[in-house]
Amino acid sequence: MEHIFTHFPNGKREDLIPILQVIQDEKGFLSEETIDAVGKYLRISTNKIYGVATFYDNFRFGPVGRYHFRLCQGTACHVAGASTLQKELEKLLKVHAGETDKSGLFSLEVASCLGACGLAPLVEVNDEFYTNITLESLKELVRMIREKENETL
Amino acid sequence: MSVETMQDTRQFLTNKVLLDPRRDEDAGIRKSLSYIAGERVHNPMIYVGMGTCGRIAGAERTFHAIKEYLEDQDANVTLVEGGCVGLCKEEPIVDIQLPGKARLSFGRVSHDQVQSLLDDILNDNLPDAKPPQWQYPNPILQKWEGISTLQEHPFFSGQQRLLMEHCGVIDPVSIDSYIAKGGYWAFIDTISSNTPAQVCGIITESGLSGRGGGGYPAGKKWLAALEAVSDNKYMVCNAVESDPGSYMNRAIIESNPHRLIEAALIASYAIGASKAFIFIREEFSLAIARLEEALKQARDYGITGHHIFDSGVNIEVVIKKGARAFVCGEETALNNSIEGKRAMPTSKPPYPAEQGLWQHPTIVNNVETLYNVPLIMKNGVEWFRTTGTEKSNGTKVFTLSGRLQNYGTVEVPMGTSFRDIVYDIGGGLKSKQDFKAIVLGINTGSYITKETLDTRVDFEELKNIGGALGSGAFVVLDTGVCMVDLARFFTAFFKKESCGKCIPCREGTARMLEIMENATRRPSENNSFQTLERFKGVMQLKSLAGVISETSLCSLGKSSPNAILNTLKHFKQEFDAHIFERKCSANICTDLRIYFIDVDACTGCTACFKKCPVDAIIGSPRYPHYIVQDKCIGCGTCFDVCKFNAVLIK
Repeated sequence: MEHIFTHFPNGKREDLIPILQVIQDEKGFLSEETIDAVGKYLRISTNKIYGVATFYDNFRFGPVGRYHFRLCQGTACHVAGASTLQKELEKLLKVHAGETDKSGLFSLEVASCLGACGLAPLVEVNDEFYTNITLESLKELVRMIREKENETL
Repeated sequence: MSVETMQDTRQFLTNKVLLDPRRDEDAGIRKSLSYIAGERVHNPMIYVGMGTCGRIAGAERTFHAIKEYLEDQDANVTLVEGGCVGLCKEEPIVDIQLPGKARLSFGRVSHDQVQSLLDDILNDNLPDAKPPQWQYPNPILQKWEGISTLQEHPFFSGQQRLLMEHCGVIDPVSIDSYIAKGGYWAFIDTISSNTPAQVCGIITESGLSGRGGGGYPAGKKWLAALEAVSDNKYMVCNAVESDPGSYMNRAIIESNPHRLIEAALIASYAIGASKAFIFIREEFSLAIARLEEALKQARDYGITGHHIFDSGVNIEVVIKKGARAFVCGEETALNNSIEGKRAMPTSKPPYPAEQGLWQHPTIVNNVETLYNVPLIMKNGVEWFRTTGTEKSNGTKVFTLSGRLQNYGTVEVPMGTSFRDIVYDIGGGLKSKQDFKAIVLGINTGSYITKETLDTRVDFEELKNIGGALGSGAFVVLDTGVCMVDLARFFTAFFKKESCGKCIPCREGTARMLEIMENATRRPSENNSFQTLERFKGVMQLKSLAGVISETSLCSLGKSSPNAILNTLKHFKQEFDAHIFERKCSANICTDLRIYFIDVDACTGCTACFKKCPVDAIIGSPRYPHYIVQDKCIGCGTCFDVCKFNAVLIK
């Protein structure tokens, strides 16, 4: 943690969000210990830090899965049927939006707009984009991932 | 003169171009600039459109294929990661410029087409299999015969590209090419020959209005901040852009980050601020990376920082990565977020121009508003006023998406009709279905319908039809879209994004969503009480919406019921069909579907019988089955499992 704090030598309130962002980039999520440490460094109560961190959508308090799905739910994707895809994806991955499954294999996040409205609907899996997806291609995608996982086991 | 090394280039650009007002008169300087800008080339030059949209379409693979090809052939070719020209449909776009010849653009170049394309074009042949989409006309270069120009392409012919003039054309992270194209001239001229009050005056006179949705005159805001007395002032660029369905700000930042820095510098100078924050969403990683690189270059050239070009002006530009919250688009909420607090709006007055960041005068401007500023300072007020309509000057950049042939980032002069946008620029609808509406962004919730399609892009004209221009997320819908479902989707978005400060917005959006869900969902028990609840909810919608919009503090809360109100206004029939007949004509609301079994097609395989979660299907093996409608919850499982297409939807 110390090496992160050295980038913020003054340790002011305005550094709170940047610090949390750096921690999440590095560790994947915000754990209780890290939040305690940030509170001690910035002299802000952990309650207040939780208040800020839970307000924003991009802070997580648990790890994501090995395959992190981000489904776009922008207006263009919605009219292209992203809601049906979300239901299907929740069924296929056996997780709800914003959750990670118990085995740590899959997690699903609903994004407000990934910014490729012309290729809607789209899903991003670990920085790889899949565009113009249909129910069939989605099923195929999850099947392939599961197969790959089974092989490596 | 010849420009040999990087150091020479830098000195040339600073001394002969930025600091010398006679730069335009000398033909030798113009020629050198055209080389630096990449208009003329010594060796072939290849640009790959590598904005986020291009990357999603596979531009990275194309780029690497080109790189490998060039390494294999040991060819003396410059390869550039470019920005986005705006026509996302044709991505990945590859531009090729041969010495002495006009630049060509090839669309949809997948990685496996690279070999044959480059084999042909680098040997001066036009590839037969892949004709170029367009060429960039340039009087100093030889034109390719038989290839239309960019302006002749239907997507671009109706556009007027002022803010996007360099997008997809220059190397986004090369300060040299930006300066060679006329960048930073306006800033350096401004600080050497205009007082801050003059700058505010020029911007006020130009009639530039805020492009983030509010349409508030930018000059007025600046003047208020300039006149406020304080030892510290701040300039904030709002690059949050969280309307789901818009990415034009991100696209122009990725394609030309230097102009945002230049604009932030001019704005800071105009109000006397020594620090400018560019508040940009954390997810826009490419835009952030390019901005950071551009900022580093600007700092290196001495364009930002302390004592800029010996003028005594100190302006520092800082990039702030914003955590995600829709409400950050509101200026007071944005300021709170920069201060490290929850992004909750505060009441106005005091306006940020008087008491903003850390209680100091602060102006908050949208990215698009700022992109206009260097142009106005460079070309003058009169020039700016020639574009657009009487009351709305300049152009509007927006993301065009939905059920259209062409889509992408578009810039049109104010006063262009929506019909032209859909049928000329957008190329008409993709499917055979009819046009239904255009959604003008979630924060306005207004629709352009068939009847109002001739309305023009203009703040006043849209206000007259009861709408608002919004930030610029135009989603075109055809008859296959259910408007009630869309209104429910918008309401769900607002419920999720409500910051929770004002009770009418926090509780009201939740209640509105409940009503909308009742309208689009099959009730668990279809008894008279639930029917009454459904009717009652809809009866209350209007007064509820009235309370929310009147008593909420910020524009997010105020505009949250607009989508529902406008759906009630323009698409009442559809609403009624959902409430009374329980029918969704577009067949989108899955919960309202009624499933039944075709007795002739059913083989009695019992697949649906076994899978039905509520035992709503009766029948015995090898005999046609039957769905008990009273029990059916409309989950669609039977439809999915039937192998004989015997389950039908009414």
